[in-house]
Amino acid sequence: MSSFYSLLHKEMFRVWKVGFQTLLAPVLTALLYLLIFSHVLSQHIEVYPGVHYTAFLVPGLAMMSVLQNAFANSSSSLIQSKITGNIVFVLLAPIAYWEFFAAYVLASMLRGLVVGVGVYVAALWFVQPPLQFPMWIILFAVLGSAMLSSLGVVAGLWAEKFDQLAGFQNFIIMPLTFLSGIFYSIHSLPPFWQMLSRFNPFFYMIDGFRYGFFGVSDISPWTSLMIVSGCMLGITLLSLRLLKSGYKLRH
Amino acid sequence: MTHPAIEVHQARKHYGAIKALDGVNLRIEQGEFFGLLGPNGAGKTTLINLLAGLALPDGGRLSVLGHDVVKEYRASRRLLGMVPQELVFDPFFTVRETLRLQSGFFGLRHNDAWIDEVMYHLDLTAKANTNMRRLSGGMKRRVLVAQALVHKPPVIVLDEPTAGVDVELRQSLWRFIQQLNRDGHTVLLTTHYLEEAEALCTRIAMLKCGQIVALDSTQNLLANLTGYRVWLKLAGSLPATLLKQVVKRTEGSYLLTLPSYHALELVLAELRLAGVAIQEMRLQQPDLEEVFLSLVGRTSSEAKHVKLL
Repeated sequence: MSSFYSLLHKEMFRVWKVGFQTLLAPVLTALLYLLIFSHVLSQHIEVYPGVHYTAFLVPGLAMMSVLQNAFANSSSSLIQSKITGNIVFVLLAPIAYWEFFAAYVLASMLRGLVVGVGVYVAALWFVQPPLQFPMWIILFAVLGSAMLSSLGVVAGLWAEKFDQLAGFQNFIIMPLTFLSGIFYSIHSLPPFWQMLSRFNPFFYMIDGFRYGFFGVSDISPWTSLMIVSGCMLGITLLSLRLLKSGYKLRH
Repeated sequence: MTHPAIEVHQARKHYGAIKALDGVNLRIEQGEFFGLLGPNGAGKTTLINLLAGLALPDGGRLSVLGHDVVKEYRASRRLLGMVPQELVFDPFFTVRETLRLQSGFFGLRHNDAWIDEVMYHLDLTAKANTNMRRLSGGMKRRVLVAQALVHKPPVIVLDEPTAGVDVELRQSLWRFIQQLNRDGHTVLLTTHYLEEAEALCTRIAMLKCGQIVALDSTQNLLANLTGYRVWLKLAGSLPATLLKQVVKRTEGSYLLTLPSYHALELVLAELRLAGVAIQEMRLQQPDLEEVFLSLVGRTSSEAKHVKLL
C-alpha cells in the first residue's frame, strides 16, 4: 500500500507545484463565466420559480469545473509522463495496476473537488445559493469527479500525442459539458434536443448535483444517481482493464 | 538453494513481423559483472525491458533471483534496479524530491541516509535541491543511476548508461558500479563501447537479430575467436600456401590471421621462400571490436559452429 500512497502523493504534489495553473486558473475561468452570463441573461431567464439565474448558474459552473479538472488532471499527467518518458519510473516500481489506477484517480478527484469548492466559495461573493440537500451535492460531486478522472486515465492511455488528447477534450468532453444544462434547464429546449440531452451522462451529473442545492431538478435525482453510477462503473472497469493489460504502457 | 541473479528461458518477443527476441536463454549468476552486446536492433533493450517488466514477453520465462517477472512482479521489481537508456526525468521535482518519490514507489520511507550516500557517490550532493529541468545532461544521467539504486537492488541493469556522457562521469560512474559489484551486487550492462565491456565484464553475451550468438567469459572470447593478425604490404603477390589465412585484401596488401605469435615466423618463412619482399608490416592486437564484428557478420548457426554456445 505504501507504493500507492507514494504515487498518490506524487500526483498531488505535482498539482500543488503548479497550483496557480491547476487550481486558481480554473476558479477564475468559472467566475468569468458567472459574471458574464449572469450579467447578460439574468434579466431574461428564470429557470426555477424563485431561483435567481445567477444562483442557478453557480452549481452548474462548480460541477463543470469539477468534471473538467478531474479529466484534465489524470489525462494530462499520464500523457506528459508518457511523452517525456518518465512514466518508466512508475512502471519499474512494484505497483499493481489497481494501485496505479487508484492513485491517479484519487489525485484527480481531489483536484476537481478542490476547484469545485473554490468556484462555490468565490461565487458566494455574488450570490448565495441555498444548500437544500448537502448529501446529494457531495454524492454527485464524488461520482462525477470519479467518472471523469477514470475517463481521463483512459484518454491519457489511449492518446499518443498532445493533439489527440486535445481532440478528445474538444470534441467529446467540451460538447458533452456545454450541452448538459449548465446554463439552462433542458425543459427550455425543443423536444428533439431535450430527448438528445437524455443520452448525455453529463446532464444527469449536473441535474442531480443541482438538486442538492435547490431541491428541484429536471428529473428525479434517484434516476440520475443510477445512471451516473452505472457510467462511472463502466468507465472504471474499462480503465482497469486497459491498465491490467498494459495497454500502451507495457508494450 | 541459491537462485541465479537472472534467468531467461526461451524468451520470445515480437513487434509486428519483427522478432525482437527469438528464443533467448541466459543465466547470470549472483555477483557477476555481465555484458550484453550487440548492434542496434539486436534485442538488447527488449531483453532488458522484459526483465524490468516494461514489456511483456510473448513466450518463455524470465526471473530475477528466482522470482518470475510476470507472476511475481512485485518481488522481481524490488530486486532489480534499472537505468533506462533514454534520458528521462520528471520536470516537476528537485533531485532530492525525485529520489524520495522513487524510494516511496518501492515502499521505502525515511530513506534519506541511503539517498545521501548515493548522491555523494554520484557527485550529486551539491545539486540535491535543484530542479531536474536545470540539470545538465550528464547530471540527469547521474540522477537516473541514483533512482535505480534507491531501493538497494541486488541486481542492477544498466542500458547503455554512458551513451553521450563525458569521460569524467563515465569513470566515476564505473568506479561506483564496480564498488557495488564488489559488495555483491550483480551487474548487467549493455553498451556500445566495447572497451568498456572488455574492461569491466567478466562474461559477455552477444546478441544478433534476437538471438544469442556468443556467450563466454571475456577472456575466452578474446582468446578463441580473434587470435592475432598481421597486416602486410608486399612487393609481389602472396604465396598460395598463405591464402587461407587472408581475412582482407586490398591492392598489394593483406590482412592475415595468426593463431599465435609463433605463426608469424611461418608466414615470414613462406614469404622468404617465395622471394617476396615485405614493404610494410603491422601486428594487430585482438579486441572485442574484432570479436564483435566477426560474430555479427555471421549467422547464428555459423556462430554455434565455432562452439561458443
